Amino acid sequence: MAKKTGEAEVRPVASILGTPVNCFYGPGDLPNFDYAEKLNDPGEYPFTRGVYSTMYRSSLWTMRQYSGQSTPESTNERFKYLLKNGQTGLSLAFDLPTQIGLDSDMPLAEDDVGKLGVAVDSLDDFERIFDGISLDQISTSFTINATAPIILAMYILVAEKQGVDPKKLRGTIQNDILKEYIARGTWIFPPEPSIKLVGDVVAYCTKEVPRFNAISVSGTHIREYGADTVQSVALAIAIAEVYIGEVLKRGVQIDEIAPLFSFHLPIGGRDFNFFEDIARLRAARRYWARLIKEKYGALDKRSLQFRFSTGGMGGGLTAEQPLNNIARATIYAMAAVFSGTRSLNLACFDEVYAIPSDLAIRTSLRVQQILAFETGVADVVDPLGGSYYVEKLTDEMEAKISEIVEKIESDGGIVKMIENGAIQRELARQSYAIQKKISSGEKTLVGVNRFKVAEEERDMEIYKTDPETKNRQLRRLQAVKESRDKGNVDSALKELAAAARRGDNVIPYLFEPLKARATVGEIIDTLKEIYGTFREPTTV
Amino acid sequence: METNKTIRVLIAKIGLDGHDVGAKVLIFWLRDKGMEVIYTGLRQSVEQVVEVALQEAVDVIGVSILSGSHLSIAQKLINRIRERELDDVLVLFGGTIPKDDIRALKEMGIHGVFPSHSKLEEISAFIQRNVKHGEEDG
Repeated sequence: MAKKTGEAEVRPVASILGTPVNCFYGPGDLPNFDYAEKLNDPGEYPFTRGVYSTMYRSSLWTMRQYSGQSTPESTNERFKYLLKNGQTGLSLAFDLPTQIGLDSDMPLAEDDVGKLGVAVDSLDDFERIFDGISLDQISTSFTINATAPIILAMYILVAEKQGVDPKKLRGTIQNDILKEYIARGTWIFPPEPSIKLVGDVVAYCTKEVPRFNAISVSGTHIREYGADTVQSVALAIAIAEVYIGEVLKRGVQIDEIAPLFSFHLPIGGRDFNFFEDIARLRAARRYWARLIKEKYGALDKRSLQFRFSTGGMGGGLTAEQPLNNIARATIYAMAAVFSGTRSLNLACFDEVYAIPSDLAIRTSLRVQQILAFETGVADVVDPLGGSYYVEKLTDEMEAKISEIVEKIESDGGIVKMIENGAIQRELARQSYAIQKKISSGEKTLVGVNRFKVAEEERDMEIYKTDPETKNRQLRRLQAVKESRDKGNVDSALKELAAAARRGDNVIPYLFEPLKARATVGEIIDTLKEIYGTFREPTTV
Repeated sequence: METNKTIRVLIAKIGLDGHDVGAKVLIFWLRDKGMEVIYTGLRQSVEQVVEVALQEAVDVIGVSILSGSHLSIAQKLINRIRERELDDVLVLFGGTIPKDDIRALKEMGIHGVFPSHSKLEEISAFIQRNVKHGEEDG
């Protein structure tokens, strides 16, 4: 690459941090590099190279594809299909009414029942989703936030009904409400009581469902909203600290809760850079280990391990020439594996258009299987460790994460910045800036602003929601309401309200209403009377 | 028809979909193009949006939906617009919209449909070309 003056022009490149990128790196870029301090072996503090010593040689990453169908039955079928095809973990998506605590028969829910995911109105629906699937044999990931306490309680009740001890349940519940105010909009209550509910789930899992990741702090949605690759990690860490503070307040020890924290972080995107994405995840492991040790005084090794799953970004995929997206997803997946991800969910090539088709989901799974079984990329832990370039970049990324987290703190904390809309505005601005670079051609997107084809290849089979879905769900909800004892529902909800008023952990008080067949909407309405509703800042 | 009057646009999120960064990116773009843009915020009903459109005398209503609920919401919006006699307002839909649905939306009376990944230039040019200022057209 390096040419003598006059031989060839060198294309200037800047990193996401704004620093110029050299044509190559060497020992001079890493003066006084101390292996033990900066890297150490995989599985050893500060875990830069990975949280486990043997990584994929012992167990491959979990291959998980986000999956939500319109009804409990179709979700159950899809789950069985995926398990049969070698998927090793389930991932459940919910429709929007379920995510924001509305029943299928509530007026605001009208247009969204059974779209984007499954509709869950009562425990009956949950029992159908997991019918014939032993909960002690699988791990399930729930993409749910505002109504996470209810979904957790339902999963526990289904396990008990199957005779499975909740202490054996494995999986992850997203339970990260703060990023919803920033990016995805499925909030219900104001931030303060919402943070309290996040704490309830974490505190409850610590004691009763210890193998379950009680929280998955997500940088993915923040990145889709316009955060750059480093911000997506730094903001997730700042948010995680809010939840940690909430649980520590209750007298729980850091070593009891830190091991339950996991992160879901993005790989890819419109402004993707392969090495930057890897470096900032290696940097995040080192930053987190030091933060939890030095700031919170954790002693347990597991507390210091920054565990993350990754999501291959849908935002980096294009509507133009959609098969190109398989190539993009493959490169994202490779970056995720080089980063030491524990679980990977890849965006599908057709998801710009609709919920992914079976073919698209299977292809994303096959991409992961090809990487795992055909290519050798999973044979050695942290294969990029020691690369002059990657280590230099990792140092720079760690410094940047630290700078962002400290800046947020000195600006009054992330909760305040969410309430007044400051973060939302900044990220939307950044998203606009990237869009303009693509529009102007300054940033290349293959098939979009270069290498275009005349005829768009938009004809492909696309998954369609069954129009009968809503009616079926409404009939089922009606039947549940007719068969239950309303007196039991009301008294159980009263107990819940009293517990919420006292400030108790609400999880133990959700079981009785759910068993009495109280609906998600009824439970949320009960809590709204105590907690209130969020008022969104709408200034753009 | 071309006029010098400032074009007024209402960008709306109808239904429960909370993905609004695309809507915000469009707002920035249209403002840069000299338009006045109002944003409704999330979880609006068709009725609320039409009332704001009337009160603010907008020339354009742009609805962003990424949740797949565009067809039913579009039909309700068109009905409400007719009821409230907002005939001159240009109505646009954007978001996760499959190709087959673009035709369906246009048949319902949606003037322009811009699926995710549409070019910002196309949207602003479409507005400039098609917006009607009632009084000028007589």
